[in-house]
Amino acid sequence: MKLRKSVALAAAVAALSLTATACGGKEGSAGDKPKGPDGKDTKALSYTVKKDASVDSPVFKDAKKRGKLVIGAKADQPYLGFQDQSTKEYSGFDIEIAKMIAADLGFSAKQIEWKTVDSGARETTVSKGDVDLMIGTYTINDERKKQIDFAGPYYHAGASLLVRKDEKDIKGPETVRGKKVCSIVGSTPLQNIKKPKYGAKVTELSKYSECVAQMLNNQVDAVTTDDAILMGYAAQNPGKLKVVGKPFSAEPYGVGLKKGDKALQKAVADAIKAHQENGDYKKAFEATIGKSGSEYKNPPAFTDPK
Amino acid sequence: MNVLTDNLSLFREGFIGTVELTVVSGIIAMVLGVIIAAFRVSPVPPLRVFGTLWVNILRNTPLTLLFLVAFFILPKILFPDVDSFVLGVVALGFYTSSFIAEALRSGINTVPMGQAEAARAIGMSFTQVMRVVVLPQATRAVIAPMGSIFIALTKNSAIAGGFDNVDLFNVTKTLSNDGYDITMIFIWVTVAYLIITYAINGAFRLLEHRMEVAR
Repeated sequence: MKLRKSVALAAAVAALSLTATACGGKEGSAGDKPKGPDGKDTKALSYTVKKDASVDSPVFKDAKKRGKLVIGAKADQPYLGFQDQSTKEYSGFDIEIAKMIAADLGFSAKQIEWKTVDSGARETTVSKGDVDLMIGTYTINDERKKQIDFAGPYYHAGASLLVRKDEKDIKGPETVRGKKVCSIVGSTPLQNIKKPKYGAKVTELSKYSECVAQMLNNQVDAVTTDDAILMGYAAQNPGKLKVVGKPFSAEPYGVGLKKGDKALQKAVADAIKAHQENGDYKKAFEATIGKSGSEYKNPPAFTDPK
Repeated sequence: MNVLTDNLSLFREGFIGTVELTVVSGIIAMVLGVIIAAFRVSPVPPLRVFGTLWVNILRNTPLTLLFLVAFFILPKILFPDVDSFVLGVVALGFYTSSFIAEALRSGINTVPMGQAEAARAIGMSFTQVMRVVVLPQATRAVIAPMGSIFIALTKNSAIAGGFDNVDLFNVTKTLSNDGYDITMIFIWVTVAYLIITYAINGAFRLLEHRMEVAR
């Protein structure tokens, strides 16, 4: 009896560790711990911190009092908003934009407190005041504008398709009919590609890294979301993945801030404009998304604030 | 309020999705659970070992991990190109079957040992002992915990929403990404879940009254 018990236990342990390691391996290869953007390039970038910045906004005054500017960011989008899990440092284009804005508001890079915010929780986090600014591939749309305000757009992204390097059939959104396309649960690109116009079969998973894993295993044929994000993943898996076709939707990225805070909205917009004019914007672009193969485009004209 | 009226068809789809996942995986879990419970009390040692392994591995592994295995490992080694609904109900059904097996086993333990022995003494086979004497009594004892398991199953089905299934969880993600007020989305989704879980609750209440016996 005793022997039988210990044998059963050993078998259970073995089976468990098997499943556990199998999963771990999967996650790892999916790019959960990728190399990440090269931090050295962005280290060279620095922005002069304005000493006498003053904005007539309660959010700004609170931030001044606490001596820190709280910025919501993304942690899983290489070259845009990415957190290195070993050093806890954030890097990417959105992060540089955030540093530019902070500098013009009188906060040095050290005075920024980063917070990773889930896509679905962005509006709530901003309107509750948990973050002062939200800068993370945040598409400006009307429904969101009911709850918060935007400054921007500072960048124009568009939905695109990521495929395996050897894929020949998929050349753009018109060629995905009947193909399996993966994206994040509830995301807009997913709703887009589902439309009868394109007619793709969709797979919804909770992380882009899972989609990429399924694609590398031939479970799905393409991954769709904003081109800037996909370029990052393609750059992370060189020789295996590529981005195809022209962007087929408009995703203007803006800075999310508390509704009704006109003064801050204007200050943020002015900060972005100033850095676009003095060339910081272009330098930051080239040190981040430029590295993943995106072509530099002139920044879009501002729509918010008018 | 307009979150619901604007997206009624989406909500309906999500509601039906959750109900389907719950019902189908519930049936799988019931069938497997009864078999595994019988294994666990059977006189055959290899079957007992199998039952113990089944229950301990499935019950102690996080459901999300089981889903990951179902979605990333199973298609690779067993059936490529299988429907995500099937993978979802398999993960949910297998997981829940271990809880059902344990509930049934505890129910079986409420039946006095002497009854099974008496049944065996009059020449019944193991299957007959289970079917005629033990299980009918055990069933009565496990109705309440069974209700809890099915309610938990309904809520666990939300994980399938993260793995390529349209259900209520999936609806919250879609709508919050569109930018609708998250508070209202949550309220409506909670109401939808309550409708399902209260229905299960009511059904089990009814069963309990029907099968009540004085002891």
